[in-house]
Amino acid sequence: MNKRIYYGLYGLIVILLVLPFVVPNNFYLDLAVRMAINAIIVIGLNLLIGFAGQISLGHAGFLGIGAYASAVLPMHFGWHPVTAMLTGALASALLAALVAKPIFKLKGHYLAMATLGLGIIINIALRNEAQWTGGPDGMPVMPMALFGFEIGSDRQWYWVVAALLVLTVWGSLNLIDSPFGRALRALHGSEVASQVVGVNVARYKVSIFVLSAFSASIMGSISAHYIGFISPNFADFFHSIELVTMVVIGGMASVYGSIVGAVLLTALPQALATFEGWETVAFGAILMLCMIFMPRGLVPTLAARFSKGDDK
Amino acid sequence: MLAEFLQFLFSGITVGATYALAALGFTLIYNASHVINFAQGEFIMLGGMLAVLFAQMGLPLPAVLLLAILVPAIVGVLVEKLAIEPVKGAETVTLIIITIGASLVIRGLIQVWLGKNTFSLPAFSGDEPIHVLGATLLPQSLWVLGITALVVVALWYFFNRTLQGKAMLATSVNRLAAELVGINTSWVLFMSFAMSAALGALGGILITPITMTSYDVGIMLGLKGFVAAVVGGLGNGLGAVVGGLLVGILEAMGAGYISSAYKDAIPFVLILLILFFMPRGLFGGKSTDRV
Amino acid sequence: MSLLEVKDLSIHFGGVKAVQNVSFSIDSGIVYSVIGPNGAGKTTLFNLITGVYTPTSGEIRLDGEIIQGKSPDELARRGMARTFQNLQICMNMSAIENVMVGAHLRLDRNLFKAMLRLPALKRRDEALREEAAGLMEFVGLGEYVGARADAMSYGALKRLEIARALAMKPRLIFLDEPAAGLNPKETQEVDHLVRKVADSGITVVLVEHDMKMVMNLSDRILVLDYGRRLAEGTGQEVRANPDVIAAYLGTHA
Ligand SMILES: Nc1ncnc2c1ncn2[C@@H]1O[C@H](COP(=O)(O)OP(=O)(O)OP(=O)(O)O)[C@@H](O)[C@H]1O
Ligand SMILES: [Mg+2]
Repeated sequence: MNKRIYYGLYGLIVILLVLPFVVPNNFYLDLAVRMAINAIIVIGLNLLIGFAGQISLGHAGFLGIGAYASAVLPMHFGWHPVTAMLTGALASALLAALVAKPIFKLKGHYLAMATLGLGIIINIALRNEAQWTGGPDGMPVMPMALFGFEIGSDRQWYWVVAALLVLTVWGSLNLIDSPFGRALRALHGSEVASQVVGVNVARYKVSIFVLSAFSASIMGSISAHYIGFISPNFADFFHSIELVTMVVIGGMASVYGSIVGAVLLTALPQALATFEGWETVAFGAILMLCMIFMPRGLVPTLAARFSKGDDK
Repeated sequence: MLAEFLQFLFSGITVGATYALAALGFTLIYNASHVINFAQGEFIMLGGMLAVLFAQMGLPLPAVLLLAILVPAIVGVLVEKLAIEPVKGAETVTLIIITIGASLVIRGLIQVWLGKNTFSLPAFSGDEPIHVLGATLLPQSLWVLGITALVVVALWYFFNRTLQGKAMLATSVNRLAAELVGINTSWVLFMSFAMSAALGALGGILITPITMTSYDVGIMLGLKGFVAAVVGGLGNGLGAVVGGLLVGILEAMGAGYISSAYKDAIPFVLILLILFFMPRGLFGGKSTDRV
Repeated sequence: MSLLEVKDLSIHFGGVKAVQNVSFSIDSGIVYSVIGPNGAGKTTLFNLITGVYTPTSGEIRLDGEIIQGKSPDELARRGMARTFQNLQICMNMSAIENVMVGAHLRLDRNLFKAMLRLPALKRRDEALREEAAGLMEFVGLGEYVGARADAMSYGALKRLEIARALAMKPRLIFLDEPAAGLNPKETQEVDHLVRKVADSGITVVLVEHDMKMVMNLSDRILVLDYGRRLAEGTGQEVRANPDVIAAYLGTHA
């Protein structure tokens, strides 16, 4: 019955295959890479916010852990970039599990608070441990090498990130339409109903939080390698909010919505560059207007409009 | 030793009083609507920034105070009317996101209007420090503590002795029942936003002569106020005040004795610990969600 | 040994003693009803037994084993299912998915297998979809198999909850006012449905205000009033009990 949901994935693959051959110059290719990276992070975050109904206001903290693991470990300790990336991701997952276990027994506000606090602590640590992280000025990141093969050009990165995006979309669509995914959506719909059919609510919340932290950390590492430089701003509160905004505008509980949200809000700063300072206002206004007038987000709202009739 | 300790204590209770006012703001709104207003910190910022602006315009102190409280209160009411009312009964996530949006708009507008500079406000009654057992106390600290104490007493009186206050309390206990006995709950919502914005702004004005202010101080101050509210058991007024002072004192002690670089992390470490070990805060009661 | 034994069960919410020292036991395979005026503590009793609330004191045994204080999901594992007086439907899911989630414990819930869409998992899920459609048919919701939950009527959602509970393949099912808010025809249908469920071997515990339905279906009845046990016995015994008559008919008697 749900075969149709995969059509979007095929469309995405086609777009990703064609894109590098039609973009006019490297500026757009770079933009595409950053859009794809954000899309992957946002899909992970959406599994948590949109599908499971839990909020994280500190997700950039996990990005930061991944990014700095990839920057610091190879630079100061000579680790292989892949080992560094996986170590960062495991550390993020572990931290997420540690924090989430007690918190998920509580209700929404407390999780928002705890994740926010965690993000801020991570950010403060990154700013302060200057001997490792370069402090507020940030630090350079060594290039990524895979099987002795260095990934350097934007075009190479594009293919890596595009492949990851396709995998993420596919994995997420699979997950949502599975016993695990149903349990996740059910605990969002009615926590007590899901409990009485046997869903161990806390465990599912922790699992999805850990998964999204892991994915954010990996993408933090990849961003760091791709940009070649990292600063604590990458892990700050504003960045966390930006990610939440992408989820919300694209559509909660919509995988494709996450891609749309990431694409739009990655492009927005470019569009707003001429209005120095209005960026914050714009983000805030988008968040509010979206929640008030289009609480389901762009993609689900449009999808509902187009598929009216054949739903009933 | 003692002098040093006293010094940290003084600075702790002074900022703690600001956190307490912010925490009271959170508590008021939470009780009226179960919304956590993530824009609360922006009212602190607004209070401080507007006070600076009005003072620079040459207005006398009482007028500065009045205006710098009134304008944020109006902004608070606008936020409630334009952004919270239309989505009544929405999910927690939705409400959190809306108030974050409001906070970004307020902060962004101030940044565009007044710039990114740091501003200071002259102390209300001079900068001549008072010496106490080897430690020094700024006269402004006395203003902060005195006014905060007055406000707390006034709030207590309002909620326990006046009809309006009791109506607000009743709404927080059971909204439906309150509506049935004829309490206008949307007036209660309106009042709680106005009052909590005013409380935040007042804290912001009082502390600015000591800590200075800029467009972006709101997030941190607001978050610490929220930490204080949670420490005190979300929804508990007395808890909010104690929580605020506690957060302020622990932060000052931590900065003094452990690491000043990690000063801002201390409240968040505290909140994580409290959520782990005492999920309902220090003063929160137990309740069972109704099914 | 009875399937379920409740001894001296109490819960207090602040000053409200919602359930006080209630004792009873339920034998396997019967229809057991709990009745009483509004606010008597029937729903609270269900919440206590199914682990949603933790009792202030008292004891609950399932198959002789103490179960109070266990979480609802643990109790689900032991074969307890329930519906809710105030609908608890996942409106973010389709109708049939609401039923499928009832089979949660019978499925492979592995995260990684799910992400990889392993064929075995997928086949099992397809089979479950068929089964869920069958259950919807069984409770009289055949026409809603392709519907979204938020497009269904109140009466239909009440039955959807029953279908979800049945998808658990429970031994014991708690139905909290399955006929509330339904018209006489629908009530009649729910009456038949409960009968069918009981006949399939599931022990039914029923809370219902419709006395005709209660008397018609129940093997035994527990009467609660102000959180206390007022009477217990067969329909006839309960009907003849002067306390029950007084409580139900009040001063008009
Ligand atoms: N979570 C709770 N917190 C506080 N009081 C509660 C809670 N749950 C139930 N009560 C109280 O316990 C009493 C019994 O309520 P309950 O819902 O069990 O009654 P009931 O017999 O199911 O009534 P009805 O026939 O109206 O459904 C009521 O006074 C109710 O207000
Ligand atoms: Mg009931």
